[in-house]
Amino acid sequence: MIGLLEIEDLSVSIGGKRVLKNVNLKVSEGETHALFGPNGCGKTTLLNTIAGIPRYQVDGGRIRFKGEDITDLPMYERAKKGIGIAFQHPPAIRGLKLRDLIKLCNPQADADDLLTEMDLMDFADRDVNRGFSGGEVKRSEMVQLLAQQPDFVMLDEPDSGVDLENIKLIGKAITRITQKDIKPSKRTKSGIIITHFGHILDYMKTDKAHVMIEGTVICSGDPREILDEIKKSGYERCAACLCQI
Amino acid sequence: MPMSDLEDRARKARDKKAALGTDVDLESYEQEASPHSEIEDLDLLPEDVRKAALNVGVSLDTESGGTYVQVDQTPIHVDSNMEGIEFLDIATALKNYDWLKDYWWKLVPVDQDKYTADVAQYPPAGYFIRAKPGAKTVFPLKSCMYLGQSNLNQRVHNIVIAEEGSELHVITGCTTPSHVQRGLHLGVSEFYIKKGAHVSFTMIHNWGKEVEVRPRTKIHIEEGGSLSNNYVCLSPVKTLQTYPTAILDGRGAVASFNSVLYSNQGNIDIGSEVILRAPQTSADSVSRAVSVGGEIIARGRMVGEVPDVKAHLECVGLILSDRGRIYSIPELDGRCGGLDMSHEAAVGKISEEELEYLMARGLSMDQATGVIVRGFLDVEIKGLPESLKQELHKITQLQELHGGA
Ligand SMILES: Nc1ncnc2c1ncn2[C@@H]1O[C@H](COP(=O)(O)OP(=O)(O)O)[C@@H](O)[C@H]1O
Ligand SMILES: [Mg+2]
Repeated sequence: MIGLLEIEDLSVSIGGKRVLKNVNLKVSEGETHALFGPNGCGKTTLLNTIAGIPRYQVDGGRIRFKGEDITDLPMYERAKKGIGIAFQHPPAIRGLKLRDLIKLCNPQADADDLLTEMDLMDFADRDVNRGFSGGEVKRSEMVQLLAQQPDFVMLDEPDSGVDLENIKLIGKAITRITQKDIKPSKRTKSGIIITHFGHILDYMKTDKAHVMIEGTVICSGDPREILDEIKKSGYERCAACLCQI
Repeated sequence: MPMSDLEDRARKARDKKAALGTDVDLESYEQEASPHSEIEDLDLLPEDVRKAALNVGVSLDTESGGTYVQVDQTPIHVDSNMEGIEFLDIATALKNYDWLKDYWWKLVPVDQDKYTADVAQYPPAGYFIRAKPGAKTVFPLKSCMYLGQSNLNQRVHNIVIAEEGSELHVITGCTTPSHVQRGLHLGVSEFYIKKGAHVSFTMIHNWGKEVEVRPRTKIHIEEGGSLSNNYVCLSPVKTLQTYPTAILDGRGAVASFNSVLYSNQGNIDIGSEVILRAPQTSADSVSRAVSVGGEIIARGRMVGEVPDVKAHLECVGLILSDRGRIYSIPELDGRCGGLDMSHEAAVGKISEEELEYLMARGLSMDQATGVIVRGFLDVEIKGLPESLKQELHKITQLQELHGGA
């Protein structure tokens, strides 16, 4: 399979502080990966750097997408090439209605359909994320991604602050965005998801998982196995692994 | 007060500089306007006037409760087609109604400054609106002030009276055609909102780059009356200074001011003042300003004279260029205990985070800036009929708003 996204020796700093150190990661077409790691280890930094937020300064290494080096590409061009992201803490935008933002994500999208799917019809004419609860903000991210239909979707804690009912809804949306609802051989969409609790993984499929500690990916493997291990003994064992490399 | 007294006071104030705004040299403008002929049928209105009116939210084709069009100093068309609403040009109204003297220069002092004095010294032009007790306008009254003669000093004096329990919606668009670069517009407006009446007044300005503008507005509101005052200026102007004052003079009176400003050059000094003079009155004022190069002074002042009143001020500004300046001056003047007055003011650039958010969805930097600026200018306005709300929304959203360098 082609490596849709390939990250090679990526080092990134923010605000003068080195956060990512020689990260290597490859996500193939049709695959969705999980990314685990303790608070502050650099997970968000990795996704935001792939998205192209200029504040994240790439000090070394490169990011390849669909075979092309996108390390220096402006943000919106990456979006145009098919990279999408659900932010961990999205901002509110005054005067921009959620319905209108869906249209901006994709003029062809049927906003009403998607809003209904994410149980957000009552929010259609409200300013994006303004006064939304934690769970509503996360569903607002999903509805935008459903419209945008990115080839590679990055989900930064889409389940944080979300009740069980809605985790199910979000899981279903992710399943659709990542094409886990169709035959493996037909899948072209890929993704990466950051989650702490793993409830969401009951409602979506992941093919592989990685553990990040202190800005480095130290371990990769089967998602269930890794999650069970983390649940049992926290990240201590992983940190021990770090000492060995 | 006899008219001669007014003339006397006006004469004495001829050189009196205004408290705010840059000083305008009145001598440098044409004093006499060429007359225009009246037009019975709105369909015969010159196309350039019709188009200009449309640009300031005054669509002359759609239903209205009445229409007033003034070109330079001539009221070329007035019609009123609603029961209980009078819409006349002010000269005719003064001739017809002796009692109008009791409203003439009673709120705006004739000797406030050289501009009010100047308006008083020439034959009056402007409109007179009166809603009889209990009368309600279904459709807004529309008026257009068109300054078509280069270098003219256009003088306007309007009186609006909403009798007890009435409801009035007025939209006024003031504009110049593109060939008129230089000009001066002086506009005096006096509003009387009586017991339980509601007035919405929406003013949209679209001037030339070399036009100077000095409106002088005062509004008196009685018990249970309410005002929704909206001001929009999104196109360049040389200098503009206005500071409408509302006096809440009866229990439960309410005033709400909204202003939306976008400037790429010139000097705009705009504010509003509300005097809360009776218990249970309340006022709010929201100003949104965007500068991509011009200077905007955004003032707001609330004066609480008695206990049990509520006032809130919001002045928010975005500066999108190194050359721009926004000077936000919110003032709260509480003169007794038992008041609830507050303000919030913020001036800054567009949030990086919001830009990045939209760029992550595939919008370019320019598109994202446009979306955020338009959203910022799309103020939620209360007290307006739906048709006017949509008109305002269209105007603030259709403008080509460019991000600064
Ligand atoms: N703007 C910033 N300036 C300085 N340090 C930052 C900034 N943003 C994040 N960091 C730091 O970078 C590290 C990684 O943060 P982050 O990627 O958000 O972690 P995670 O998502 O794994 O919890 C943390 O130590 C955090 O404090
Ligand atoms: Mg994070």
